[in-house]
Amino acid sequence: MFEAILLTVITASTPLVVAALGELVAERSGVLNLGVEGMMIMGAVFAFAATRYTGSPYIGILAGIAGGALFSLLFGFLTLTLVANQVATGLALTILGLGLSGQIGESFVGQPGIKLQPISIPLLSEIPFFGKVLFNQDLIFYLSVALIVGIHWFLFRSRTGLKLRAIGDNHGSAHALGIHVVRMRYLAVMFGGACAGLAGAQLSLVYTPQWVENMSAGRGWIALALVVFASWRPRRVLAGGYLFGAVTIGQLHAQAFGIGVPTQLLSALPYAATIVVLIIISHNRRTTLINTPASLGKPFVPDR
Amino acid sequence: MKKLIIALAASAALLGGLATGASAQDKTKVCFIYVGSKTDGGWTQAHDIGRQELQKALGEKIETPFLESVPEGPDAERAIERMARSGCALIFTTSFGFMDATIKVAEKFPDIKFEHATGFKAAPNVATYNSRFYEGRYIQGQIAAKMSKKGLAGYIASFPIPEVVMGINAFELGAKSINPDFKLKVVWANTWFDPGKEADAAKALIDQGVDILTQHTDTTAPMQVAAERGILAFGQASDMIAAGPKTQLTAIVDTWGAYYIKRTNALLDGTWKSEQIWDGLKDGILTMAPYTNMPDDVKAMAEETEAKIKSGELHPFTGPINKQDGSAWLAAGEKPEDGVLLGMNFYVEGVDDKLPQ
Repeated sequence: MFEAILLTVITASTPLVVAALGELVAERSGVLNLGVEGMMIMGAVFAFAATRYTGSPYIGILAGIAGGALFSLLFGFLTLTLVANQVATGLALTILGLGLSGQIGESFVGQPGIKLQPISIPLLSEIPFFGKVLFNQDLIFYLSVALIVGIHWFLFRSRTGLKLRAIGDNHGSAHALGIHVVRMRYLAVMFGGACAGLAGAQLSLVYTPQWVENMSAGRGWIALALVVFASWRPRRVLAGGYLFGAVTIGQLHAQAFGIGVPTQLLSALPYAATIVVLIIISHNRRTTLINTPASLGKPFVPDR
Repeated sequence: MKKLIIALAASAALLGGLATGASAQDKTKVCFIYVGSKTDGGWTQAHDIGRQELQKALGEKIETPFLESVPEGPDAERAIERMARSGCALIFTTSFGFMDATIKVAEKFPDIKFEHATGFKAAPNVATYNSRFYEGRYIQGQIAAKMSKKGLAGYIASFPIPEVVMGINAFELGAKSINPDFKLKVVWANTWFDPGKEADAAKALIDQGVDILTQHTDTTAPMQVAAERGILAFGQASDMIAAGPKTQLTAIVDTWGAYYIKRTNALLDGTWKSEQIWDGLKDGILTMAPYTNMPDDVKAMAEETEAKIKSGELHPFTGPINKQDGSAWLAAGEKPEDGVLLGMNFYVEGVDDKLPQ
């Protein structure tokens, strides 16, 4: 029973974690992309389409990543090359993504999907309890763990990561030091798009292997909130994503179990829990300020 | 932030409505407002199939513009008003949450006729129409009691409105008519449309031991989970057999087409008047998807019940019925008035859940 609950929690949390990690990298470079929901749903429809035509969910994953990354290029072009307002462009990207994906996916509605099968890791998957929960998962879950480790290393241990953070904190100074601000931001935005696309692929290949319009149902926005929740630190994204997933699933189980608590209250619990943790974390203003990219959302026009 | 997006999306949708508003004037315009996308595989799709049947039946005489994915709330009012201004003669608003918006707009446009689905507020130019879904749910309950090995079913509910509560009660009453000890677990997803959350609710119920699943939400995700876990399930609003060929027992299928044709004809020949219509199985406004994945005797029983409901011999809510706390509600042989059913805010005995108030 507990094992079953954990498996459900992992499935529910993975797309949030993956999309939030991508957005975290983009925001660390100083770009606020509110189009996560749009990129995620594009990833979902691309992944479903590719899987349907090729029969392979792995090609579907690649298509989802490519779909999200390509779509984010549009955002990059508008905000980085044309220096359009990032907030407005991000919102537009979400609306466009939701509409466009519905158009692309119209013929897929009601078609059975192909589920991405779990990969059992030899030996490790035989560990009682943890083996089944952690080492008998699908590729996207393993990727999400790898992404956390990789991004943490990249941001805080690598030279390029240091440059990326420098751009996010003060793009003027970074530019003066000779760092290619716009080029790096393009890459960061595309990485964010790729992650959102991967999260979308998880939705249409693992979570609910089907395509329905609007199937992301606001998860992109939760991912965005998670980045702030995590105060731009990758490992906290993991904690936040799983906290949110656990409370969401937990309240459903509490209901099925017949605990007499009003369900509206239970449904609000994940959000309430997030706010409480946010208050605790932001208690120390200095550490929060250290982690917040100072140039976040500000337009950058190189003066020469 | 999300509000802003919804507002932007609604304005985008309105622009779309404007574009269709500029075409031929001699045709009568019969307009539709949808809460979801017309290809959602459930509720809205069923309405859109009805609209297509209407267009096909009356062909040259009418055109049928529609707005899809209109959020409930203040934006709905603007969307309906835009439709009214674009020259619609009859407007169908197809979600419970459009009720107040429909009434408000109807006051401003007394010459335009409105029909609101599943609501309870009417006006001289606002009719309401609804389907007796509970008749289908009663049949489902009976099938569930025959097919469940544990005598325990799971019900994925959306919002605690009378329509949904009535469905839960009808299901439980149907089940209890076969197995008096039948229990029903209810999970409120607090959404009509979120495949992921509906799937999570399905998993939670299955993990807690139910072996039959039914839903009052709009996507096929619960059916898919049921298929994966190897239990049985019922479809909702549309035939969901494609999502669970070996899983779906039957589905309540909304068939609005005949109703839309009837009412549009009434408008065209001038006999339209505000009514509160609540049709059922016998009128063809809802049908049962083929009875599948069950033995012949269960199928025969379901067909017999369906025939009895159609002929009026059987009313799912016939006393004696107790409320959840054991107090008496209906005496033996007593049947509730429609108004009581439409305002239902309590469970009958046997439902294993506390009704959110």
